[in-house]
Amino acid sequence: MTYILLVLEFFKIGLLAIGGGLVTVPFLFDLADKYDWFSKQELADMIAISESTPGPIGVNMATFAGFNAGGIGGGILATLSLVLPSVIIMIIIAKVMGKYSCNVRVKDVLNGIRPAVLAMILFAGLELGKIVIVGNTEILFLAVIIAMMRIWKKSPIYYLCLSGVLGILLKTL
Amino acid sequence: MRELWKLFKIFFKVGLFTFGGGYAMLPLLKAEVVDKRKYLSEEELLDLYSIGQCTPGIIAVNVATFIGYNQAKIKGAIAATLGMIVPSVVIITLIASVLKNFMDNRYVVYAFYGIRICVVALILNIIYDLAKKNLRSVYNVVIFLGAIGLLVGVNISAVLLVVLAGCVALGVGEIKRRLIK
Repeated sequence: MTYILLVLEFFKIGLLAIGGGLVTVPFLFDLADKYDWFSKQELADMIAISESTPGPIGVNMATFAGFNAGGIGGGILATLSLVLPSVIIMIIIAKVMGKYSCNVRVKDVLNGIRPAVLAMILFAGLELGKIVIVGNTEILFLAVIIAMMRIWKKSPIYYLCLSGVLGILLKTL
Repeated sequence: MRELWKLFKIFFKVGLFTFGGGYAMLPLLKAEVVDKRKYLSEEELLDLYSIGQCTPGIIAVNVATFIGYNQAKIKGAIAATLGMIVPSVVIITLIASVLKNFMDNRYVVYAFYGIRICVVALILNIIYDLAKKNLRSVYNVVIFLGAIGLLVGVNISAVLLVVLAGCVALGVGEIKRRLIK
């Protein structure tokens, strides 16, 4: 029974949460009220862990919430149910886009939205920066990493691993 | 089958190294699907972000599904999406079941301290590159600055911002075409 409820609830969240992972948070708080799957305190911990572990936040939280409610099977089912609406909708959009991407009006709209999306990404980066870059050490760290990116142009994965190691060295030495 | 396995692997990698959600994923996606595989152009990748903002679900999944579909239809969409979510499911299940104190380990905390700074660096770095290419006309710069103003000033929601920018662009485009005629 828990499995069926998990599928229904997370499919609903996947269908209604417009605009990315963190939008799923208020829906999860509703679930905490409605079922005894997890408490609000546990949910707060889940959000913290989902934000700092790899992977999209929304997916992480679905796995976490599903696991708490129904073990490994619950985690997998909740995650698949969450992504199913996106998959269906995006397949339809991909089909339609193929047909209309040459339309002048569609081009106008997409060209106009691009600078706005850049602004959103920059804003998200600055918001994160405000939390993370708190002192001179962090400013220096940031500057060094950016300088390396500009010089070597390697995959982001190298810099992420390097920064993890640097973080450990900086804090333990 | 090999194509599907390749899609799965690419998005598995992206899912495994995405720290902090959809925006933080952009540099990784650009490196993997634009620079390395040339599945789509930088502009098309940004368009996917616009679409992802206004459609239900998680942006990371939307992008994976879209690219997977374009490469190998429905099978490709499923392979790419599974690749994107499998790392999350495995890691979170491990943390929730056996590694309950994983996030309290001091070395893990220290590593994340560095990784978070790196995510900020990655975002600033990619914004610089994308701005150089996409903010060439006065029109684009005006939209960019207007969007920044709305985000900083009234904390406008992403959906609303995309819809608003789209409407403005549609109107301006229409006026331009009439004037040319």
